[in-house]
Amino acid sequence: MAEEKIGVYICHCGTNIGGKVDVEEVTKWAATQPNVAVAREYKYMCSDPGQDLIKNDIKELGITRAVVAACSPTMHEPTFRKAASDGGLNPYLLQMANIREHCSWVTIDPVAATAKAKRILSAQIHRLPLNEPLEPIEVPVNHDVLVVGGGIAGIEAALKLSATGKHVTLVERNPSIGGHMAMFDKTFPTLDCAACILTPKMSALGKDPNITLMAYSEVEYVEGYVGNFTVKVRKKARYVNTDICTGCGACQEACVVRKVKSEFDQGLGFRSAIYIPFAQAVPLRATIDPAKCLTLSKGKCKQQTCVSACGPGAIDFEQKDEVVELDVGAIIMATGFELWDAAQETRYGYGRLDNVITSLEFERISNASGPTGGEIVCKNGEAPKSVVILHCVGSRDQNYQEFCSRVCCMYSLKFSHLIKEHLPETEVYELYIDMRCFGKNYEEFYRRLMDEGVNFVRGRAAEVTDVALSPDEEGRLVVKTEDTLLGIVRRIPADMVILSAGLSPAHDAKEVSQIFGFGCSANGFYLERHPKLEPVATVTDGIFIAGCCQYPKDIPDTVAQAGAAAAGVLGLVDNDTVKVEPTISYIDPEKCSGCHICVGLCPHNAIQYNEEKNAAEVIEAACKGCGVCVSACGSNVPQQRGYLDVQIFAEIEGALAV
Amino acid sequence: MSDNGFEPRLIGFLCRWCSYNGADLAGTARLKYPPNMVPIKTNCSGRVEPTHIMKAFADGADGVIIAGCHPGDCHYINGNYRTAGRYPLMEKLLEQLGLEHGRVRLEWVSAAEGDKFARVVGEFTEEIRALGPLGWSEQFKDEAAAVAPEAVTA
Ligand SMILES: Cc1cc2nc3c(=O)[nH]c(=O)nc-3n(C[C@H](O)[C@H](O)[C@H](O)COP(=O)(O)OP(=O)(O)OC[C@H]3O[C@@H](n4cnc5c(N)ncnc54)[C@H](O)[C@@H]3O)c2cc1C
Repeated sequence: MAEEKIGVYICHCGTNIGGKVDVEEVTKWAATQPNVAVAREYKYMCSDPGQDLIKNDIKELGITRAVVAACSPTMHEPTFRKAASDGGLNPYLLQMANIREHCSWVTIDPVAATAKAKRILSAQIHRLPLNEPLEPIEVPVNHDVLVVGGGIAGIEAALKLSATGKHVTLVERNPSIGGHMAMFDKTFPTLDCAACILTPKMSALGKDPNITLMAYSEVEYVEGYVGNFTVKVRKKARYVNTDICTGCGACQEACVVRKVKSEFDQGLGFRSAIYIPFAQAVPLRATIDPAKCLTLSKGKCKQQTCVSACGPGAIDFEQKDEVVELDVGAIIMATGFELWDAAQETRYGYGRLDNVITSLEFERISNASGPTGGEIVCKNGEAPKSVVILHCVGSRDQNYQEFCSRVCCMYSLKFSHLIKEHLPETEVYELYIDMRCFGKNYEEFYRRLMDEGVNFVRGRAAEVTDVALSPDEEGRLVVKTEDTLLGIVRRIPADMVILSAGLSPAHDAKEVSQIFGFGCSANGFYLERHPKLEPVATVTDGIFIAGCCQYPKDIPDTVAQAGAAAAGVLGLVDNDTVKVEPTISYIDPEKCSGCHICVGLCPHNAIQYNEEKNAAEVIEAACKGCGVCVSACGSNVPQQRGYLDVQIFAEIEGALAV
Repeated sequence: MSDNGFEPRLIGFLCRWCSYNGADLAGTARLKYPPNMVPIKTNCSGRVEPTHIMKAFADGADGVIIAGCHPGDCHYINGNYRTAGRYPLMEKLLEQLGLEHGRVRLEWVSAAEGDKFARVVGEFTEEIRALGPLGWSEQFKDEAAAVAPEAVTA
């Protein structure tokens, strides 16, 4: 090994590192380490003058290797490798020593932190002479995009991308796009009609020549990497030929099975076994529910009225699921949320007591196209004289979801307004812990509701009961709660209780994230790459997230994220190539005995056996660099660039040398 | 917590996608844990070999953690299953070399589990503190000195 000249650069990161680690001491020590030609400290290495230190030393001192002891490489490795490259050094001859996230921020004692910083740095100083110059691998980029989930997030992202000329496939699990927003009547705080702002986008998407809409479909399998994903989508059988179905709805009128609880109406209204979920559905096509259709479930529907009602003859009981394979360069996940299951909180009686309803049920009841035609009525058809809205059901609760769902205060205010508008005489109570009205014009909306005569009671309800203690409570619901501002316990009689349930991750968020190969946060929502700076990227290059699948949020934030994700995707798929890490495996055919063990172990089928050479071969484009083959080989033949055994050994040696 | 004044030296092999980021998150959240473990990054926990662990012990480590993505979360589809499959064999091998049980630990730490990472390092540090120093590096030095004294003093 030729004599190497290492430059060591230690960052104070303001006081983030310097406040704990004795940077001066580490710098002095580093200067005495093997191969170190120069050791410098600087307030902010990531600043331009900081980066210039490296560039200048490459030019003036002729350093041949560099290590920056600073933050996590996830944060600034690209920055410093670029600086090295600008200075004329191969970027892979620069390493980072993470002395912030892994040291100064997590250690109490400054002396111990300083010692640990030396060990972390020493590992890299030992490794560096063994680093080899590497070139990033440039791979072609497929310009097409996949969007998963057709709520407002997915719709917005797809439209934005289509406007740039990219081809988008949108996969939606339900028969129609629209997501939760399609169920609402009004949206806070502007109270604009949800359908009026959403439907034009839905129909624009349905007609967009750049967008292929695959509704009633789900992604089953994803393989590949940034710029080059292969996706298998299962198109569930609708038992209706969507090419000829006109969406006239005659079939659902004709169907003899008419009392199926409508998912879209939250079970408050009915649909037929063959149905179009709602009038503005996109695509406007019928779907047969195979579990409810007599022909499909029992093999006996004598009349088959749908068949005779369908003019174009679109019904096809023989239709089968279809699996379609797509190649895309990038993916946006926009799979949204599910309402927290309020039945879990048994003391509020949801599912047991009539007229205790969830917020989504109220959305449908208050919706002009909903099961009551927009009449706010109780189960018996009468207008409620008193409505109590319970905030934070399943949210901000150590027993259920610890987090704040962010939109419930606001949608509860919206409900109060709608009730007061329809039924001015009705008393409305909001039982809140704190009012969180964080957005633009939100606080103003709260003020307005106070003026509209809504009763705001600070307290978390203890129980909803139908046991009356006074004539006024007879035959009604009673909400027991503490009023923490008055310091009393109250019983509020009510005819309707609305549970403002929190937002939960989709029930299968974990499984879905595993299919795509990124993770979930502790609370079950998709994990962003960085909570502040990369809120719409995931750890997997080329896969982005937007909307409530990342965390509960309102429509404005969802739309903003969808735009951000679309921009992230465009920055990728607008290029013809993308650079990927060259840390992949290689096999020396001279040394390989052809035992095949690595061939079977490779998770990506990136190793094939070459009979002529009697040796295994790495298919470079398919290798992702996990290193499983390296550790599996009995003779240590496969090696992984950037993670050679000798490099790992040297890191271990260095870490333990101090 | 045993306070025998012994500061264990620990090496942690962290997979780049989950556990390394979990360790980063512990930092971002300013969680505090003992400073005894030096992390070494690999792309996948499936890259970690028995020789890496032996090298760590031979160079003076008292304990080694291998941390990877939870089953099902592997960035490389199933690299961590290879780790999980290999781990019992590694433990056996180390046992045959006279290593007491508990000096190697396999943990699944996701990128969201900063708290788990801090807890695992804290627990492991105390467990190894209780086990005491391993002393392989000293022993190797002695043995090497017996074979070739000049090589050691040089
Ligand atoms: C009762 C209530 C009232 C609200 N009122 C307002 C309001 O007035 N104003 C406001 O700004 N915000 C409001 N919100 C918040 C608003 O609903 C969200 O901000 C918005 O719906 C988020 O959109 P999204 O696209 O991220 O998710 P969603 O609307 O949940 O859409 C997700 C879509 O993805 C689909 N999907 C899920 N999983 C998969 C999969 N694996 N494959 C394919 N497709 C999948 C779903 O079927 C769905 O169509 C309210 C929320 C609730 C609960």
